[in-house]
Amino acid sequence: MSEPARPMRGLGEADRSELKRRYPQAFQAPIAERWLSLAIVVGGAALAIYTLWRFGFSPAKFIDGLDKLGIVAVLMMPPDPGSQLWNYASALAETLAIAFLGTLGSAILALPMGMLAANNVVANRIVHFASRRFLDTIRGVDTLIWALIWINVVGLGPFAGILAIMTSDFGSFGKLFSEAIEASDRKPVDGVLSAGGSRLHSFRFGILPQVLPVLMSQVLYYFESNTRSATIIGIVGAGGIGLYLANEIAQAEWQRVAFIILMILVTVSAIDWVSSKLRLAMIGRRSGATA
Amino acid sequence: MAKTLAILPPAQLAPLADAYSAAMAVKRRWTIGGLVLLVVFTLLSAWAGQVDLVKFWTGLPRFASYFYDIVPRLRFETFAADMVEWFWNFDGWLALLLDTLLVAYVGTLAGVLAGFVLCFLASANLTKSTPVRFIARRSLEFCRTFPEIVFALMFVYAFGFGPMPGVLAIAIHTAGALGKQFSEVVENVDMHPVEGLTASGANYVEAIRFGVVPQVLSNFVSYSLLRFEINVRGATVLGFVGAGGIGKELISSIRQFYYADVSAILVIIIGTVFLIDWLTEMLRHRLLGIEGDAR
Repeated sequence: MSEPARPMRGLGEADRSELKRRYPQAFQAPIAERWLSLAIVVGGAALAIYTLWRFGFSPAKFIDGLDKLGIVAVLMMPPDPGSQLWNYASALAETLAIAFLGTLGSAILALPMGMLAANNVVANRIVHFASRRFLDTIRGVDTLIWALIWINVVGLGPFAGILAIMTSDFGSFGKLFSEAIEASDRKPVDGVLSAGGSRLHSFRFGILPQVLPVLMSQVLYYFESNTRSATIIGIVGAGGIGLYLANEIAQAEWQRVAFIILMILVTVSAIDWVSSKLRLAMIGRRSGATA
Repeated sequence: MAKTLAILPPAQLAPLADAYSAAMAVKRRWTIGGLVLLVVFTLLSAWAGQVDLVKFWTGLPRFASYFYDIVPRLRFETFAADMVEWFWNFDGWLALLLDTLLVAYVGTLAGVLAGFVLCFLASANLTKSTPVRFIARRSLEFCRTFPEIVFALMFVYAFGFGPMPGVLAIAIHTAGALGKQFSEVVENVDMHPVEGLTASGANYVEAIRFGVVPQVLSNFVSYSLLRFEINVRGATVLGFVGAGGIGKELISSIRQFYYADVSAILVIIIGTVFLIDWLTEMLRHRLLGIEGDAR
């Protein structure tokens, strides 16, 4: 491609000084703003450099590691499950079961919690504050840590994984649900109450129809993300394909690792596809019904 | 109050009522079908996931007693001494926590930079070449499909134990996740400034720098801060596979039943996560406020 002609440039240059005099802001940001952005950039870079120094980062080591990764990539070809195909398939089924039951269970348990934490359903500041902090605490602990705790209770295996995902998502769903409920329109609730409905009626017929599509789409979204989390929960012994993945990496069986990675990739994309279709169908159908 | 309702004559009413019940029946069939499917999937998953309610019920007291066990014995008379004993390794844990935070920070920073470069190549409105866009999008997808701990496992093998594999793992996952969010923002920008710049002779990079970046920067920063929050949580467990930080200490105290240590480390982690969430939320609100003033 040849350099395009730039006839407009000359025109602009001609009265540049005049424009600059009239609109100084357009040519240069205020001095304080420039110092601030410079300080942020320098400070951020300095912290990054300090970190690399603290972690003993050296280009030679880095290149060495990349070299090793390259060898691993070569050794991965062609992906091959060996004699483990059936084991991998059943572990993958376990992974999906963990994601499905974990998401479903936490969604069911979190709905009452979401009501409790929503200030337009339970208008009590102490309840509101306490339930919010409770949910925050649960979310502050990673799924893998919950898995370790549940292994103490029900032993190794996928059941611990289900309970771990249930617990950590209970925190997220509780927060998301309560926010969705708080954002709902007050008028249907008033309508139900003024027609003689009870508080429960007002929730069932005033709030639930508004928030259900939002909640369902959030639940589906979490199901997608939990499928990913459930692939790794086996690393600590809580069932699913993660155990095999960690073991085969530890034993440097790279062809098997590549096969497992491909299996995960295909499954995750399939789940994403199905759930995005479902989400669209659900939101489309609902909004079509209300319009 | 007059309670008279105008009721249509039966001849006119019947078809409307029929249409109503037909519409309701369709909706009901969908709901029932969905519920049946849900129950089938639940039973299948319960079977595959080895759900055992008896084991759950008998184990439940252990769940409660676990929390009872990890709660330290603090007495009012010797409160200070008990606290010191509970957090006996405070300095050591704090150093590891700093490692974790720095892993999250550098990983996020590197991921943001990579995502920033790739997001323009993945946006339909800025990159007309289909192969370039395809490659950019697929590589972002690959980066975000796997949880960072999978990359961490591989990098620990290649780079050895320590925080560096953790940094790289977080950077790759972050690049994938943010690259997608960034490109969604970029695809929604107002294209007029870009057209104006291109018309006055700007090249691709100049058009992005002066036409797109000013529109998207505050959104980018906000998403990056959110991702930093997520990465702090993620970095706490990277130590489980030997990729540095407080996670290693946590998993070893859980495995060896050092109950008081477990609770002390959890308190430190949760406190830090709260603090980071609060700080980034404040920053994001400030940022959106500035945005509102400036434009």
